[in-house]
Order: sequence, then structure tokens, then C-alpha cells
Amino acid sequence: MNREDFPMLKEDLIYLDNGATTLKPQCVIDKMTEYYEKYSANAHRGDYDISFKVDQEYEKARELVRKFINAKYKEEVVFTSGATESLNMIASGFFKKYLEPGDEILITQSEHASNVLPWFRLANELQVVVKYIPLDDHHYVTLDNVKKTVTPNTKVIALASITNVIGDERPIKEICEFAHQNNIFVVMDGAQSVPHRKTDVQDLDVDFLAFSGHKMCGPTGIGILYGKKELLEEMEPQNLGGGMNESFDNPREIYLKDLPTRLEAGTPNIAGAIGLGRAVSYLETIGMDKIEAYEKKLRKYAMDKLISIPHLDIINIEADGGIIAFNVNDVFSQDVAYYLNKYKVCVRAGNHCAKILNQETGVSNTLRVSLYFYNTESDIDSLVELLSNKEKIVEEML
Amino acid sequence: MENREILLNHYISSPYKKEIYDQTYTKIETKSDSCIDHLHIFLKKENNKLVDAYFNGEACSIATSSCSILLKNCINKNMEEIKEYIENFERMINDEPYDEEKLQEAIVFKDIVKQGNRVSCAYLPYKGLKKWMNE
Repeated sequence: MNREDFPMLKEDLIYLDNGATTLKPQCVIDKMTEYYEKYSANAHRGDYDISFKVDQEYEKARELVRKFINAKYKEEVVFTSGATESLNMIASGFFKKYLEPGDEILITQSEHASNVLPWFRLANELQVVVKYIPLDDHHYVTLDNVKKTVTPNTKVIALASITNVIGDERPIKEICEFAHQNNIFVVMDGAQSVPHRKTDVQDLDVDFLAFSGHKMCGPTGIGILYGKKELLEEMEPQNLGGGMNESFDNPREIYLKDLPTRLEAGTPNIAGAIGLGRAVSYLETIGMDKIEAYEKKLRKYAMDKLISIPHLDIINIEADGGIIAFNVNDVFSQDVAYYLNKYKVCVRAGNHCAKILNQETGVSNTLRVSLYFYNTESDIDSLVELLSNKEKIVEEML
Repeated sequence: MENREILLNHYISSPYKKEIYDQTYTKIETKSDSCIDHLHIFLKKENNKLVDAYFNGEACSIATSSCSILLKNCINKNMEEIKEYIENFERMINDEPYDEEKLQEAIVFKDIVKQGNRVSCAYLPYKGLKKWMNE
């Protein structure tokens, strides 16, 4: 759907790496260009018209994001550089203060590096423990397994709502309900889910949420940290400097601004934030439910065809997100990716930053096809045709 | 032999690819920044000469065959000769004048290195060998 909105799709390109980043619609590009061409002043300097316009647009973008995830307050929406920075802020800005030696952090082996390493750092710094929730035979997280892994020392559960290699969706709402009954916080890495289905932080009742703009038709270098207001109030800013302080006289007298500005030190990524706001309205116009349904249908269409290719080893026949991870038997994934590239088909090869997932699946590298709403059945047909002839792959990979 | 055949032979049945870890050899890891190629190269030096070498790891056909050809061409050479060999290969990938003959089978990468980021695959084992020589 909506292919005509994307300048990149005017080229002869089959882009199937949407888990890495998405293409940008013209309206987002135009919105950012408009900032650079018509009012490219700094934020928080309302002394003249164009700066006042910046503040208006910047805060409008925040409000658009707030509505998009149904946060209760605008102050709960913090602009960051992306999901990675958001998750680091959550771990080092909030949990570093909160956790005590012996406390447990629960993650899984299918998390992205950005939802593993910030916790590993805390484990080293605070003598807290990172534990893995076991996955079921299909690499899914079940509420039962969460319950079995939780102990009286568990203080936080940090999970991707949809994972970036397996594409499984976690029962976040149920996990939150159980966690909160046991005084456990829940951190949701929404990088692979927020772009693809409706997200309602109040309904889910998550404590923190992180996601990136560039995976949802927005620009790179911008993302969101959502946190419940009372928790963000306790968050230690990781960056101190301009824009976020109220006043300071000496090291003991530093007064910071209110949320969310306190957590956005320095000149923000203004064009990025405004671009993300535009991307959010664009997605809303299409409809998140429609996007989710379309992607599911397209994934099924792809799976029905791919499954009949005998030399493919598909890692995730079942998945909730539009992600398909597979290998061509006896051919290194990267060689297949290079072969597909010759036909302008973009897929990713590798471990996709989920570097401990191989302990779970036994497979260290895969090809990954990740879909978005602008992909078509014709894209899939081309992929299937290229993959169906193994001799051709081996012949042309060199 | 056609270039493709040389590459395939070194990729599929390289005599220098061995799934062992001999602790009497120096182990060098060389890993790509932009893709998943990851090679382990094992080297044995005696009297300023590379007397034996082998490799293993996970890498694409280009990085694997390049490593195999590199080792084949460097075993029994002294450090100065290896340095010269590597510099000659670097001149080829940088589009500078180089000695085709001295590259021997590595000349098969002449066109491949012009294919975007595959140059980093072909060069990966050279990076590893340079690391070893500078240690």
C-alpha cells in the first residue's frame, strides 16, 4: 500500500530490510526540509518568531507521539536519539539508582543488544543478576515461564514486545499485570512493534517504553523514551548541560528544569523530532490496524511460498511480526544476501544484533526478510523466484 | 583455470581451512565492521619466516577464498616478502599500479574488489595478517 508516497520506491528496488530501517515518505522529507529552509532556529529561544515556531513544532511533534502511544501526559514523552539511547537511559538513569546487589533483571536470549548490554553493565557495576526467561519450543515467551523465573529478588523485566529475529510477540499486558502484583517494573523495547501495530501504554500499563523513529518512516537519530511520570521524575539525567538546567551557582546548587526538558540536554534533534511527528501522523492516516493486518497477510503469502522451497531452512515458520529468518542450506547467509543484491533485493544477513540468540536456536547467522506496509506480493514473488533455484544462487554468489 | 573455479576451490575445499586449534600457533582474529565475516588465522613463524598457517571461522565465499589464497601465497615467505605481497594487493584494491604476477591467484579479486563492500570481504584476511605482523 501507499507505495507512491516513497521516493525510494520509484527506483527499481525491492526493499525487505525494514527491521533495520524503513524508507521515508515524501511528507516526512518535506517536513524536515521545511524546518531547514523556513525556520531553522534553535529550540527554547522564544525571543523571535522563527524560534517560537520551532518550539511550537517541536512540542506539536511530542503531542503527536503522546497521542500515538496514548501516554497520559506529554511530560512522559522524551525525545532521544533512538531506542538504544532510551534503553540506556532507563537502565543507567533509573535502575542504577533503584537496584541493589542481588536484585534480578529478567530478559531473554532473543533480545537485541540494546536490551542486553545496558543490563550487563548494571550487572557488572552493581552486582545485580541478569537472568533469562526460558523460551518455549517456538522461541516464544509465555506468562507461565515468566512466573517460573521470577523470584522475590526480581525487580525488573525488560523485553522486546516483538523480537527482531524471530518476530514473536510477547504478552506484555499480561506480564505487566503479573509483574506489578509482585512489585516488578516492566521495560518494553518497542523498536520492532511500535511501527507495526497500535501501542497503548496505558492499556499495556508498561512502566517504560523505548522505540526509534527511523523504523517507522521517520528520520534517523530520533527516538522516544516513554516512562510513567512518577518514574521519570526519579530518573537521573545522563547528560547535563544547556537547555535542561534552571540555574546553577556551584556544584551543590544545581537546579534542573521539569520533565521532559530535564532529560533532553543540549540542542535537540529538532528536524528529527519534527520529522518523527510527521511520520506518526502519516502512519495514523493509514491506520495502525490496517498496517498490522496487511503485514500479517503479506507474511502468510510469503510463508506459503517459501515453505515449499526444499533447500530453505526457515527458523520461524510461525511469527506475529512481519519477519522471516531463514538460511539456504549449505550456503553462507551473506553470500545469499550478495546474490539477492545483484537483483536489487535488499535483505539482511547476520545475527541481527541478537548475539546470544544462537544459544537458544543453535543457529548463529540467518537471512532476514522484514516487511512493511509498502511491500507487495510482487516483491515476495521476485524473492521466491530468486531463492527457488539453488544452483543459480551458488553460481552467482561469486 | 577460470577465476570462478579458483575461487570456488578455495572456498569449498581449501587445504588451509582446518577446524582445529593448535596452541603452538599464534591465533589472530579478524572481524569485519560492516558484515558478519569473522576469521581466525593461525600462524607459525620460525626464523623470520612464516613456516605454516591455516584458518577457520565463519565468513562468506569471498573472505574465505581470499584467506585461503593469501595463506597459500605467504607460507614459506619471510616477513619482508609478506609485507611486500600485502602492499601489492593493497595497491590493486586502491586502483594504483601493481604487479599482477606477484599476486598469483589473488589476481582473481581484481574485479570483485570493485563490487562495493565486497572489497572489505576480500581484504579481511589481509587485515588480520597485518595485525599479526605489527604485534
